[in-house]
Amino acid sequence: MLNLFLLQALNGLQFGILLFLVAAGLTLIFGIMDLINLAHGVLYMVGAYLVATLTAYTGDFFLGLALTIPATLLFGIILEVLIFRRLYDRDHLDQVLATFGLILILNEGVQMLWGAAPMSVPIPDVLSGSIPLIGNMRYPLFRVLIIAAGLATALGLYLLVSHTRIGMRLRAGATNAPMISALGVDIRRLFMLVFALGAMLAGFAGAMVAPILSVQPGMGDSILILTFVVIVIGGVGSVRGAFVAALLVGLVDTLGRTFGPILLRSLMDPSAASQTGRTLAPMLIYILMAAVLFFRPAGLFPAKGAAQ
Amino acid sequence: MIGPLLDIRNLRKAFGALHVTDDVSFQVMPGELHAIIGPNGAGKTTLIHQLSGSLASDGGSVHFAGEDITRVDMAGRVHRGLARSFQITSILDGFTVLENAAMAVQARSGSSFRFFASAARETPLNDAAMAALARVGLDDRAHRRAGSLSHGEKRQLEIAIALATGARLLLLDEPLAGTGHEESAVLVALMAELKTTHTIVLIEHDMDAVFALADRVSVLVYGRLIATGSAEEVRVHPEVRTAYLGEEEAA
Amino acid sequence: MSASDLTLAGETPDVAPQRRLSRLDGRGTALAAGLIFAALALLPLLATAIDDQFLLVTATRIMIFALAALSLDLILGYGALVSFGHAAFIGLGAYSVAILAAHGIDDILVQAAVAILVCSLFAFVTGAISLRTKGVYFIMITLAFGQMAYFFMVSLSAYGGDDGITLAARSTLFGAPVLKGNLTFFYVVLAALAGAFVTLRAVVGSRFGRVLRGTRDNRMRMQAIGFSPFRYQLTAYVIAGAIAGLAGVFLANQAEFVSPAYMSWQRSGELIVMVVLGGMGTLVGPIAGAVAFLLLEDWLAQISEHWKLGLGIFLVLLVLFTRGGIAGFVSRITGRGTP
Repeated sequence: MLNLFLLQALNGLQFGILLFLVAAGLTLIFGIMDLINLAHGVLYMVGAYLVATLTAYTGDFFLGLALTIPATLLFGIILEVLIFRRLYDRDHLDQVLATFGLILILNEGVQMLWGAAPMSVPIPDVLSGSIPLIGNMRYPLFRVLIIAAGLATALGLYLLVSHTRIGMRLRAGATNAPMISALGVDIRRLFMLVFALGAMLAGFAGAMVAPILSVQPGMGDSILILTFVVIVIGGVGSVRGAFVAALLVGLVDTLGRTFGPILLRSLMDPSAASQTGRTLAPMLIYILMAAVLFFRPAGLFPAKGAAQ
Repeated sequence: MIGPLLDIRNLRKAFGALHVTDDVSFQVMPGELHAIIGPNGAGKTTLIHQLSGSLASDGGSVHFAGEDITRVDMAGRVHRGLARSFQITSILDGFTVLENAAMAVQARSGSSFRFFASAARETPLNDAAMAALARVGLDDRAHRRAGSLSHGEKRQLEIAIALATGARLLLLDEPLAGTGHEESAVLVALMAELKTTHTIVLIEHDMDAVFALADRVSVLVYGRLIATGSAEEVRVHPEVRTAYLGEEEAA
Repeated sequence: MSASDLTLAGETPDVAPQRRLSRLDGRGTALAAGLIFAALALLPLLATAIDDQFLLVTATRIMIFALAALSLDLILGYGALVSFGHAAFIGLGAYSVAILAAHGIDDILVQAAVAILVCSLFAFVTGAISLRTKGVYFIMITLAFGQMAYFFMVSLSAYGGDDGITLAARSTLFGAPVLKGNLTFFYVVLAALAGAFVTLRAVVGSRFGRVLRGTRDNRMRMQAIGFSPFRYQLTAYVIAGAIAGLAGVFLANQAEFVSPAYMSWQRSGELIVMVVLGGMGTLVGPIAGAVAFLLLEDWLAQISEHWKLGLGIFLVLLVLFTRGGIAGFVSRITGRGTP
């Protein structure tokens, strides 16, 4: 039981780190540009597709990954210039509609280019092993890499946001964007930077996860909803909030799905427990979100907390 | 009634290390027009927010007609007879002038959970609204779209709406803001007339208006009340002169 | 709660001020509505004349979504509440029919009553939590609650789960299969749509509707005259949910099939499109929007299997280049100007 718990806790951690990578960029986009971007999940999907294609083309996952990162960055910039910069001044409703349309375009576009069948990316040999944990339990090396890469990125983001000039502008922008524009900060460049950074992080997350999930159209949609939940719980505009919330969501979801039914089986008969477990498990994070919002309508660490 | 209508005791509000309202206490007697003046950034608007209930105070208390309303929300305060107007015009632009006032009347005229009868045709609401509009001189504009009024007329509408709530005490936040000479005169005359039936707390920068209308004046500087008294007493108060005119002048 | 109403300078609104139509252009919308309902009432004659029964079926389906879009307009157009989970109510209504039918309860009045009850309850609970938030949070939390309902239905394998559940037959009225014929069913749905339209028109002009519209336009001002917005918005949210649930009851009968896909967030997004496309805050606009959107979808689907691409491009262009949707366009060319 302890082994199972440890295993699932690590899985939850890995899942949470992944969510953080996608959510960090999006919470900054929400917080600084006040832009609702439903298409953020598609950037995650594009990252996965690019690494799948580039890995197959070059024969090397690491090379594929290294090429994917600037590619998603470029893709993000293109989207920003073509569409998103026209949306900053529009109301939330227009942003919802436009980005909803963008999801349709990109999901369909990906299908037209790569076909509807799921693609897979093989885990590189050097990373296909596992490392020992407790007793004779082992954990896949690749997942450890994801956790490590995610934590490294989190650290990098933390340093960027807290200890650099750009980071200072990001934090100021998340609190009051028109103000820093009035103070002379080039808001257009800042917005483009934030958007590109967010796109790159999402693409990176998609690329990292490609070997352990199947790459298919629409994979961005499910991660999008989860990302929203993370941002809402963590507080819009707060990277720290996104980190805490992402880990929380990752752990609650993973542990809940595993241990929920086990717990329920001790309370009711197997088939009822199984049904209840299957019903409650996906709902756990939404219940968590509802609970957090009930007490803190602006999330755990809202960046615009100064409004109080 | 005996005793103050509005009694503020040790009111405090801080944003981080900044004490925007710093231990403010004063009283407003019924029928009085009490002006609050002070240099820019003194915290006057924050004080109005705290008095009207749109901002929770960190400490101190607000008493209205003998009742402690510190924890009462904005809607509750309006129902008890304490209404405000806004410094930056905040009306319903898309509705008619009459409807703006009628809504305020509706808020105190029974339940608004009525789903089928047309509200715009409710004569009692419209009559009371017209009375408020007539008092401020906007009755001839009743059926125009509120957004089409001139700036001065919008300031008049702000006051009309506050009147229409049936409030006893009006918190007027810089009613003369952005008005020209003629518009100001209209509004000052209006407030002089309102004095006869209402208690008024007036936040203003326009000193002529303040000294013409106010029974008593309180001076707010950096969140602290440095003087309270009649207009004359405040005018010659040394700290007030310093606050407005600077150290050198006071000498 | 009150401090969060002090809007920060430059904060993007959920729905821009110029979209909030406070003036009810009575005659214009009444005329438009009259024309639309008259056309719909005569449609069966056309269907018989050109011998196309499919026209009737399609029109019924469009009217069902028009009913749902109408309900969304109450909270979106008149409340400025961008709810991204509205399709959940359609699904809950549809599943009320399916689940009751699976247990032998076929009567449409019973099913409709249950649907309305379930949707009202769901709307009350989720609305009470969602309405404590504003802006971006509200949109995302309604999206999340919609997803929650979706996953709940997917998990109920007893009722088909992801695959959905087929109805043996349409609902009955006091034991009689009155809805079996497409013609009767068409008129029943038309009557419901017309009834909902007339009812909501009255609601919007009532005391309640006025508070809702005022809150949409200037929340702080409404509070300053003594209204607490929350209870009115929640009531509107429940009414909208209940009407959408009724649409779900009809949808289940129309398709004789119910699946969780009815309540996906993509469906919720499509509902918003219908309302905005037609012109929000007009009641007649969403009806026109539903017609236009579903016809567009059908037309694009006939042109290419990748019709979603076309739809997406259409949406992006719609947002970037138009304001006010169909209703806005019509009012501009007929001179019944909207500011």
